[in-house]
Amino acid sequence: MRASLAASLPRPRGALPAGTLPAGIFLVLALLPIVALFTGGSYLVSLGSRVMIFAIAAVALDLLVGYGALISFGHAAFVGLGAYAVGILSAYGITDALVSLPVALAVSAAYAFLTGVVCLRTKGVYFIMITLAFGQMAFFTASSLAPFGGDDGLTIAARNTVAGFALLRNERAFYYVVLFCLLGTYLFCRALVASRFGRVVRGAKENPVRVATIGFDVYRFQLATYVIAGGLAGLAGFLLANATEFVSPAYMSWQRSGELIVMVLLGGLGSLDGAIIGAAAYLLTEEWLSGVTEHWKVIFGPVLVLIVLFARGGLLGLASALVRRLGRG
Amino acid sequence: MPSSLLVVQILNGLQLGVLLFLIAAGLTLVFGVMDFINLAHGVQYMLGAYLAVAFYSLTGSFLAALILALAATLVFGLLLEFAIFRHLYDRDHLDHVIATFGIILFLNHGVKLVWGAAPLSLPMPELFSGSVKLADGLLYPVWRLVVIACGLLVAVLLYVLVAHTRIGMLVRAGANNAAMVSALGVNIRRLFMIVFGFGAMLAGFAGIMIAPILSVEPGMGDTVLILAFVVIVIGGIGSIRGAFLAALLIGLVDTLGRSFSVDILRLVMEPSPARTVGPAIASMLIYLLMAVVLYIRPSGLFPAKGR
Amino acid sequence: MKRLVLLAAVAMSLGATGAQAQEKLKIGIIATLSGPPAVLGQQLRNGFNLAVKTLDGKLGGREVEIIVADDELKPDLAVTKVKALVERDKVEFVVGPIFSNVLAAIMKPVTEGGAILISPNAGTSNFAGKECNANFFVTSYQNDQVFAVSGKHAQDSGIKKVFLMAPNYQAGKDALAGFKAFFNGEIVDEVYVPLNQLDFSAELAKIAAAKPDAIYVFLPGGMGVNFVKQFRQAGLAATTTFLSTFTVDESTLPAQQDAALGFFGGANWAPDLDNPQNKAFVAAYEKEFGAVPATYAFQSYDAALLIDSAVRQVKGNVTDREALRAAMMKADFKSLRGNFKFNTNHYPIQDFYLVKVAKRPDGKFETQIVKKVFENYADPHAKDCAMK
Repeated sequence: MRASLAASLPRPRGALPAGTLPAGIFLVLALLPIVALFTGGSYLVSLGSRVMIFAIAAVALDLLVGYGALISFGHAAFVGLGAYAVGILSAYGITDALVSLPVALAVSAAYAFLTGVVCLRTKGVYFIMITLAFGQMAFFTASSLAPFGGDDGLTIAARNTVAGFALLRNERAFYYVVLFCLLGTYLFCRALVASRFGRVVRGAKENPVRVATIGFDVYRFQLATYVIAGGLAGLAGFLLANATEFVSPAYMSWQRSGELIVMVLLGGLGSLDGAIIGAAAYLLTEEWLSGVTEHWKVIFGPVLVLIVLFARGGLLGLASALVRRLGRG
Repeated sequence: MPSSLLVVQILNGLQLGVLLFLIAAGLTLVFGVMDFINLAHGVQYMLGAYLAVAFYSLTGSFLAALILALAATLVFGLLLEFAIFRHLYDRDHLDHVIATFGIILFLNHGVKLVWGAAPLSLPMPELFSGSVKLADGLLYPVWRLVVIACGLLVAVLLYVLVAHTRIGMLVRAGANNAAMVSALGVNIRRLFMIVFGFGAMLAGFAGIMIAPILSVEPGMGDTVLILAFVVIVIGGIGSIRGAFLAALLIGLVDTLGRSFSVDILRLVMEPSPARTVGPAIASMLIYLLMAVVLYIRPSGLFPAKGR
Repeated sequence: MKRLVLLAAVAMSLGATGAQAQEKLKIGIIATLSGPPAVLGQQLRNGFNLAVKTLDGKLGGREVEIIVADDELKPDLAVTKVKALVERDKVEFVVGPIFSNVLAAIMKPVTEGGAILISPNAGTSNFAGKECNANFFVTSYQNDQVFAVSGKHAQDSGIKKVFLMAPNYQAGKDALAGFKAFFNGEIVDEVYVPLNQLDFSAELAKIAAAKPDAIYVFLPGGMGVNFVKQFRQAGLAATTTFLSTFTVDESTLPAQQDAALGFFGGANWAPDLDNPQNKAFVAAYEKEFGAVPATYAFQSYDAALLIDSAVRQVKGNVTDREALRAAMMKADFKSLRGNFKFNTNHYPIQDFYLVKVAKRPDGKFETQIVKKVFENYADPHAKDCAMK
């Protein structure tokens, strides 16, 4: 299994052994709260939690976009549904994660299933548009939920308890819970991609006709991927609702879906490490630049264009090109 | 429902439809011929409006502002094509989405820097600023009728261009099979440039025509962009005829839906929830429509490719 | 020996307070500075900055450092930004936001993070009543009150049939509820439009068909700009009185211009309010920013004056929050609107006026006071607030 894992992911010459990058990433993430102890303040920790939450959503999206070539422009809806599950249950007094989490996962996976059945009958830009349509429908439904704040959103009284323990209310403990979820998501997706299931999906991206000829029902594999991606995004939504203690329809807007796609592309398509890096790069750049100038989007926009034009393969592509360039000497 | 209200709403729906057509026409051509997803089409519409306001304050004449703004939008569209989009035609759709998304960010904030964040206004030309009496106490602005008329005129013009001229033939061929057209010795680069520039000009024209009715502000292109994409998807990519029919359909469904949804819902539920659920359903209607159309015909109503 | 230690201790604590007094007073501003409503956030920020400038960069005798954050009208982004202000930048006060949905999101992070939140615009009913908060102060108004102005005026002036319209969110619903609380005539129709809808052709046709005596609308920002223009174009201005709140104000008038002439609004202030501090403010604002100030600007100016008076009262020592809050409650400053005092729920008790759009001799548009509709008006939700 080890051998096939390494063999199925192509390595450029002179690159570091497989697994170094993710190990590095998770090491940095694990040590962050300790560093924050010295720089003083839980702000860094809460920023880190936010980055990791979006990284989970990005990794899930990368399954679809990077490996399956299914560009979903409604991914934010699953995040929002997971968040609203937490919010609505909370409004009814159900505040334990042991209930909220499964509900969040179930709701987003169910929506993914129902919409996936329709969406996956289309291809290319039609697929993009119909996923957008379903995303918008979720958005408008949430906006019309007057008892749950409607457009204004819903404040959650407190974070979920875990089996009765107020574990998540400590900022550092919450951070490690999110990290654990990210690690779990990452390893799961990695295993999925390397498995036979993953090979079928990746094959379908290259040549769906051939895969179908071999005897695989491409549609079912794609639907399964779509549901898994939706469920994982629901996990991100569950964590997001707990992080901000607030849910609003804005979590599901098409602009949010667009931002998720940018994060995936920024890091490098078809590489789960890239999704994490992309999410971090996008959010941290936004954070840093908005502190520098109020007009940061005027800079960020052209940067995106330049990345698309010149940095094919996103940041990871850039990095490995650099490594190769240096390796050659 | 009084019939005058219905008549007015149908006219309003046609006006929205015609506006959507102006924007969708350029979008569907660019997509059909060059296989290029141009999210920046919405900001081209916005830019048309802003340029019209700028030229109006320079010249004081709507006509002059219209002509100058059209020219400027054309130039700007060609510039974008030449500098950036040209290099992206052979990349996949995702690259198009990201690059044009970046352009949206840049321009939405760029216009804020140049013209400020406050909404701006473009006065209507005096000749058309009146209203026409449609029914007792109901006046319909002449300008909206002008917009409908202009849109229909453009539709006719496009039809003539596409169906009866050589360049139109090349465009149709290109939408069907661009590689073949190039192989037949046509300067495909120039064709693309013309298509793109023309599409940009159409979007700008829509922006200029709508500016006297709607306020000109940063981000005004974003909602319209989504609607335009819905139009071209329903209509079928690459098809002007599809865009025209789909645009009118969407304009009517959206307008009539918004005005009568609450009344229709009140037949089955209490007035208070009907008032909040109604607008929500009205907003979703076009997306539901798109989902239904795509379920029945996954490539839209009149797709240009493979016909 | 003991006396030396005592002296040293006193010296150190004095030094500490002194040191704090030399430290800059950090204030965070959270407002919507991008997208169509950016002009409102800009007014908020400009008003505050102008006040600080007029007071020589000091509030309450302490030098001020202002950190501005843009919430982009995204509530969850606002949460991140205010957490940065409170946890990373360690601001003592957060001034903002413009929008009520952002307010709902940031209330907890700011107040539980130890800072004092002053809203110079959003003033929803829940935070005036059951969810009132000791660390939350409002220098604007409670939304219901402003909306009531038009309702009372409609009732008092004999208007019989009114058509209502507002966006489909909490503030919109509050608006129409506030109007109906004082108006006993016939409501011909009550329409909620999607937030940020720009083309009102459908609704205008409904209004024309319904033939009301007056319409009452709450359509902030671009919505108001578009509606006013389209309303005038449809010829309805000749037959229907236009009553509104936040629809024709100094932020939208530059775009609406003549189309809004003669339309009514309700507010707690207008640029022509006749007192010396207001006249000075309006003149200074126009000189510095080239635009007529709206309520967003004057209310954040007042917020700065409020902070100034409170910090001065506690002699620069803001760490004693009890004392600081008490000082803020006193509201011992000359508000631009004249009468100002806080109710038990930290919302103001103030006068409200009917205002009308007029064109100034210099060509700029502003709202002008027609008559006072409420005097020393306290909001109706204070009784639900636990604070006394």
